[in-house]
Amino acid sequence: MKTMLGNMKTRTNLVTYLVVIAAFVLMQVFNSLGMLSSSQRGYLVPVCVYISLAVSLNLLVGVCGELSLGHAGFMGIGAFTGVVVAAVLKDAVAGDAVRLVLAMIAGGFTAGVMGFLIGIPVLRLRGDYLAIVTLAFGEIMKNIIGNTYAGIDGEGFHMAISTSKMKLGEGGKYIISGPLGATGVEKIATFTMGFVLVMFTLFVVLNLINSKEGRAIKAVRDNRIAAESVGINVTAFRMKAFVVSAFLAGMAGALFGLNYSSMTASKFNFNTSINILVFVVLGGMGNILGSVISAAVLYILPEAMRGLEDFRMIIYAVVLILVMLFTWSPKFKDAVSVAGDKIKGIFRKKKEVGSNE
Amino acid sequence: MQILQYLINGISIGAVYAIIALGYTMVYGIAKMLNFAHGDVIMVGAYISFCVTNYLGLPSIVSVAAAVAVCTLLGIVIEGLAYKPLRGTSSLAVLITAIGVSYFLQNAAQLIWSSSPKNFTSIVTMEPISLMDGQLVITGEVLVTVAASIVVMLGLTLFTGKTRTGKAMRAVSEDRDAAQLMGINVNQTISTTFAIGSALAAVAGVLLCSTVPTLMPTTGSMPGIRAFTAAVFGGIGSIPGAMLGGILLGIIETLSKAYLSTQFSDAIVFSVLIIILLVKPAGLLGKQVQEKV
Repeated sequence: MKTMLGNMKTRTNLVTYLVVIAAFVLMQVFNSLGMLSSSQRGYLVPVCVYISLAVSLNLLVGVCGELSLGHAGFMGIGAFTGVVVAAVLKDAVAGDAVRLVLAMIAGGFTAGVMGFLIGIPVLRLRGDYLAIVTLAFGEIMKNIIGNTYAGIDGEGFHMAISTSKMKLGEGGKYIISGPLGATGVEKIATFTMGFVLVMFTLFVVLNLINSKEGRAIKAVRDNRIAAESVGINVTAFRMKAFVVSAFLAGMAGALFGLNYSSMTASKFNFNTSINILVFVVLGGMGNILGSVISAAVLYILPEAMRGLEDFRMIIYAVVLILVMLFTWSPKFKDAVSVAGDKIKGIFRKKKEVGSNE
Repeated sequence: MQILQYLINGISIGAVYAIIALGYTMVYGIAKMLNFAHGDVIMVGAYISFCVTNYLGLPSIVSVAAAVAVCTLLGIVIEGLAYKPLRGTSSLAVLITAIGVSYFLQNAAQLIWSSSPKNFTSIVTMEPISLMDGQLVITGEVLVTVAASIVVMLGLTLFTGKTRTGKAMRAVSEDRDAAQLMGINVNQTISTTFAIGSALAAVAGVLLCSTVPTLMPTTGSMPGIRAFTAAVFGGIGSIPGAMLGGILLGIIETLSKAYLSTQFSDAIVFSVLIIILLVKPAGLLGKQVQEKV
């Protein structure tokens, strides 16, 4: 029984990896054949970023059962750290790819540390209160990033939270200038790195879910009190998941930041957090492959509908509501299954008629 | 004197937050859902009032009545179409649907009224009162907003305390299944709550835009989040709590902008919220519910 279950899990995980690899190879083939327009090529990196964000948030929301509304805050921290690190290391590190990896690790690390600091007070709360506090933290982080100034000059790296305190020497260059955000960022993000990031995120999250820790985390989600009573250290496991999730979001953020030449902190607001949450819920809570697919589809859907101009977001909203109704509402589900049975019935009859002949 | 002026301004914006928070708290307390579309109903209310005054040239009282009527209807329709089918399922599913409704309202408003900001004319025509040789100015908007929030709070307290429907609401909020067994029509009670919440949102929208006169499709979202914070701050589900939370939030926001830092006012407001929640996890006036094993 145990081996069978193990096999089943490995198989689903394998399918998840294979889907991602296949999609990557397919996109690379399309790209080399010149079948992608420049705007379509522009979606490749953000899609990878959002997939990583959705998978890491799913670890929190789906696997841990903690509603977090501040994921974009971690993404933002990662993005701005990544941008700064990439700019500072410009002369020290030669290869762009190495610099990108270092920037992503730095972004993940800062976000992870922030996640830890935030986790200490936040994880004492539960349910909707946890949601509101993560929302508050997201807004605080956005607010702070949006008022941070950073730059380099001959003497080295400077950072301050107001223009007056920021004194750059001769030939100094601003990397982040407060509300204007990061400007003149070198775009070193690549689709290949996006793919590596997705694979890394999947590897970390899937392994965590299927490990001893993962089972403990799921036990906490399903019944906290029962889990506590069998000796699971609830806070420690919630913290672990929270930090891992923040770390991955920070890495994704760094890649995202280095994909655009300029970026402001307002990009990482409540709406972005909500969008990532929508990917997770529509993909299925705790279902990692679902998050991957829904993040990719839902990111591309509004972009693909650009031709519809003003109507596209309305259509997106209606699609969102309908999908929620059809997947969750018992009434709608019944209607769908009745319709499904009828269709099946038609085919069955046809078959029977066919076999009689 | 300066501080008194700031306090008055804080109370004024806080009273708007309080009215929005009352709507949030009613819906949360009874339907147990975070209605993220509440902020957008506020925006619709403000637009309706704007249109009735500016395009039809009717007096402001009529415009408020129209806004309340339209928003109440809107609330009932939204609830019936989007939230009712999901009753009893995962609260996260309802949350996402509410977000869908919020997107829909914002983008529909953008289609109808365009995204360029409109200049909302205040519905209050009262002259500002000058005290202490003009050192302290209380505008008509402040008086009307504060009065409205007090009336709304007292009205809701009486309504939930004395009337049949109000008592049914409290019963549903406390234990939905038990209420159903006692013969309370739970579905209808929840629909009524939404109608009341949306009517309050319309009032809040008109008052908000009378205080801060720029009207855009996204006008409602930030005050919506703020008011939600206020509701949690005071103890979500509690009517006096929402009022207290709203006023306090307004005061903290104005004072921190005036004395600490304009840029970091958001961070300060939300930090205070977090500290309050850590000390009192159920909010200032919320009930601490014991968990049963």
